[in-house]
Amino acid sequence: MSRATSRARNRLNRGDSAWAYLFIIVALLVYALFTAYPVLSAFIISFQEYSPRGSTYIGIDNYTSILQSELFYKSIRNTIIYTVLTVPVALILSFAVSIMIMPLQKRLQTTFKAVYYLPAVASGVALAVVWLWIFDPMSAGVLNRFLGFFGLDSQNWLGSSSTAMFSLVLMSWLSSHGTAIIIYVAALLGIDSSYYEAADIDGANFFQKMWHIVIPCLKPTTLFLLVTGVIGSFQVFQNAYLMTGGGPNHATTMVGLLIFDTAFKYFEFGKAAAQSLLLALMIGIIAFLQFKFLGKDVEY
Amino acid sequence: MALYNNHLGNRTTRTFRNTILIVLLLLFALATLFPIYFMLISSFGDPVEAGAISYSLWPGKFSLESYKFFFAFSEHSYRWILNSLIVATVVMVSNVIFATTAGYAFSKINFRGRALLFAILLSSMMIPYQVTQVPLYILIVNIFQIQNTYQALIMPTLVTVYNIFLAKQFMSSIPREVLESAKVEGANQFQTLIRIILPLSKTVMAVMAILTFMETWNTFFWPFLVTNTMDMQTIQVGLKNFRFANTTYFAPMMAGATISALPMFILFFSLQRYFLEGVTVGAVKG
Repeated sequence: MSRATSRARNRLNRGDSAWAYLFIIVALLVYALFTAYPVLSAFIISFQEYSPRGSTYIGIDNYTSILQSELFYKSIRNTIIYTVLTVPVALILSFAVSIMIMPLQKRLQTTFKAVYYLPAVASGVALAVVWLWIFDPMSAGVLNRFLGFFGLDSQNWLGSSSTAMFSLVLMSWLSSHGTAIIIYVAALLGIDSSYYEAADIDGANFFQKMWHIVIPCLKPTTLFLLVTGVIGSFQVFQNAYLMTGGGPNHATTMVGLLIFDTAFKYFEFGKAAAQSLLLALMIGIIAFLQFKFLGKDVEY
Repeated sequence: MALYNNHLGNRTTRTFRNTILIVLLLLFALATLFPIYFMLISSFGDPVEAGAISYSLWPGKFSLESYKFFFAFSEHSYRWILNSLIVATVVMVSNVIFATTAGYAFSKINFRGRALLFAILLSSMMIPYQVTQVPLYILIVNIFQIQNTYQALIMPTLVTVYNIFLAKQFMSSIPREVLESAKVEGANQFQTLIRIILPLSKTVMAVMAILTFMETWNTFFWPFLVTNTMDMQTIQVGLKNFRFANTTYFAPMMAGATISALPMFILFFSLQRYFLEGVTVGAVKG
């Protein structure tokens, strides 16, 4: 670039930086105050016994007492059980639906996508209120009536520690899978048709095409949905809070709910901050492992 | 040619195959839509205690008594809807304004620290919200002492990193030449933003507006934590309180749930395209 054009360019760009900082200043302030400061503060509080009138520094006591608490390990186990039972099923369901949607006409495809997305726009509280009646322990409860139809006994779905976790899992299976379906359909449309043509020439059938073309091509999408699904599932606690409160006998206490209870039921803010940082650490490790072992031949 | 073999076999086989697929898809749709269907038809039942009725899975009765019962629960029940509306609207407008401007700066203006600042913002999306929840509560309630105000409900989400990311992603596809020519004509960055970027970014702004409004309307825990009188609560918190105060009144509970969900259904059916588009815009690799 000659000196003249570079000077002209400089003159043109004069004032740009000032505008740029003006454009981002609100975002930066909101971020600093409501994200950066709280994260730093969480680290500090986690080494304190918090009190609004002056906290006391107690070293790593919060961490040691968490790591010695049986409930903490139970909540991790519950979180893992919930994640293992929900995330893979959600992936398989959305994958199957998106495959079945593909041969239909465009209009029908859009309608189905909208229908599957619909439950996601209803508030979690509204859905919890409805599901509480579906799981109603009386024989008039919707699910119990359904079972009665087949001559099966009524269950105390949310009130018994053997079925409470399953109830939350069932609720997740029948919630909205619209987002994953839409993402899968977009990825399916992105597969180059020459692959299918080559497969047709080789005389491949539907299942061979599935196995050799579709599943490998969708691997990045599946990994994306898996990682975001697991991360999301590790933070889930709204349904547990609204439906079972973590009970019975802590059968549905997930890490997210344990943190909430520690903070806002027992007001042990320091301990809750320490728990939340341990949760962040766990999520970080899991995301890292997923990318390392599943993402080998995936490019980003 | 595609995954499905559309050429082999005759028309009947294809119609047969598609019919089976549609039936399977419909069955799955029925299963996921059932709670919403059940909520809607039950909300028109009479407001009597559950023991006295056997509720039906088919629409039969049509009475609005349960809705009246729900609104009569608290003198502030209309206020809950108004509060939700105020909070969701302010958060929506502020997100559209500040995420659009920030997204523009991060995607199209060269300034010192751009890459670093954006990386810092983006990395915060990995932090679980439990980490910020407690310190944020302390900040609002103990330090600022603004619990139970609109500021407390609105401020933490004035502009979210997700929306900035969405705007930046979208604007990256606007060709630089368009902006250069505006510059040659003597437009400053603000004029370029208003006259060129905004008209080209209507879609992403609509997507942001809708998704942000929906998320704020549906959010439960934050308003639950920072409000302590009924007149400042949002509809979601109010519905939860109603649920726990009237555990046996089945139909009014469904009416309350319908009231909290219906505005989003209406929004969804009228602006469906943007909802579905939002999913794909948000999922593009960063």
